[in-house]
Amino acid sequence: MSGERPPEAPEGAAGRKAGGRGGWIFLAIVAGLYGLAALFDREAAGRSLQVFAGLLGNVVPALGLVLVLLFLVNLLLSPKRVEKYLGRGSGLRGWVTALAAGVISTGPVYAAYAVLRELRLKGMRPSLMAALLYARAVKLPLLPLLVHYFGIAYTGLLVFWILAFAVLGGLVMGWVEEE
Amino acid sequence: MDANRLRQVLGKTLRTFVNILPIVAGMLLLTSLLLTLFPDLLSARLFGGPPWADALLGTAIGSVAAGPPLVSYVLGGELLSKGVSQFAVTALLVSWVTVGIVQLPAEALLLGRRFALLRNGLCFLSAMAIAWLTALTLPLLG
Repeated sequence: MSGERPPEAPEGAAGRKAGGRGGWIFLAIVAGLYGLAALFDREAAGRSLQVFAGLLGNVVPALGLVLVLLFLVNLLLSPKRVEKYLGRGSGLRGWVTALAAGVISTGPVYAAYAVLRELRLKGMRPSLMAALLYARAVKLPLLPLLVHYFGIAYTGLLVFWILAFAVLGGLVMGWVEEE
Repeated sequence: MDANRLRQVLGKTLRTFVNILPIVAGMLLLTSLLLTLFPDLLSARLFGGPPWADALLGTAIGSVAAGPPLVSYVLGGELLSKGVSQFAVTALLVSWVTVGIVQLPAEALLLGRRFALLRNGLCFLSAMAIAWLTALTLPLLG
């Protein structure tokens, strides 16, 4: 039965550790870019670091949330349970769960990457990961503002098409990644 | 609950979290650098070509933009009021929240390179498609 298949790890570094050495290499490359920027415009590099400090301040609560979510995923979700709700055998329930989770999820996208990586290792389908990430484009708390700028008909249509393409994109990702 | 299991889970969680930190820090540093070096990238003057070219430009700008979605709404509203087509503005709004060129290294490290590239490529194309479909179907709603 397909629901009992062991989860396939994502390819590359993601399948082993979250980032592993790759994360540090990425940070080193970005640090190198700062060094390069400082060579040409020391002041701009300094301003960038100030912007970074501001962004970091905003991100710390989200990182706390990531830590809590990772802990809960590891504690409560067994590969069997993830396979049941978001794995190959999850069917329509899996799609609805992924879309709903995407729409209600808030916070920075890398928080979602980190949690999705854990869920993937426990058996979540790539198609549902892609659908969830796409459905994050519907920002529930910001919908009133979208209505204010663009009108209710436009907002309703946009949300409809975003969700439709979340499913379509998920199906294509599933076709490529899961076959 | 078994204390040994709790310790194990906590240890695994902390190891994962520590591995994520350099990716998050790198992404924030990269975003800060781009925001500082290219603060005035967006303006209505950039647009004004054929609709498909404006939509492509909107999608490209939304794809590299690194700010919160709220900024895209405000910016989109401003562009619309300055005469930029709804086609282009919709492409900008959708790609802003679905395509992440700046976040691509982090996504590739955490979810796999092939997944990240394919997903972002699909999202780029679908931003154009959604812009077109929204413009096409909006008149039907009156």
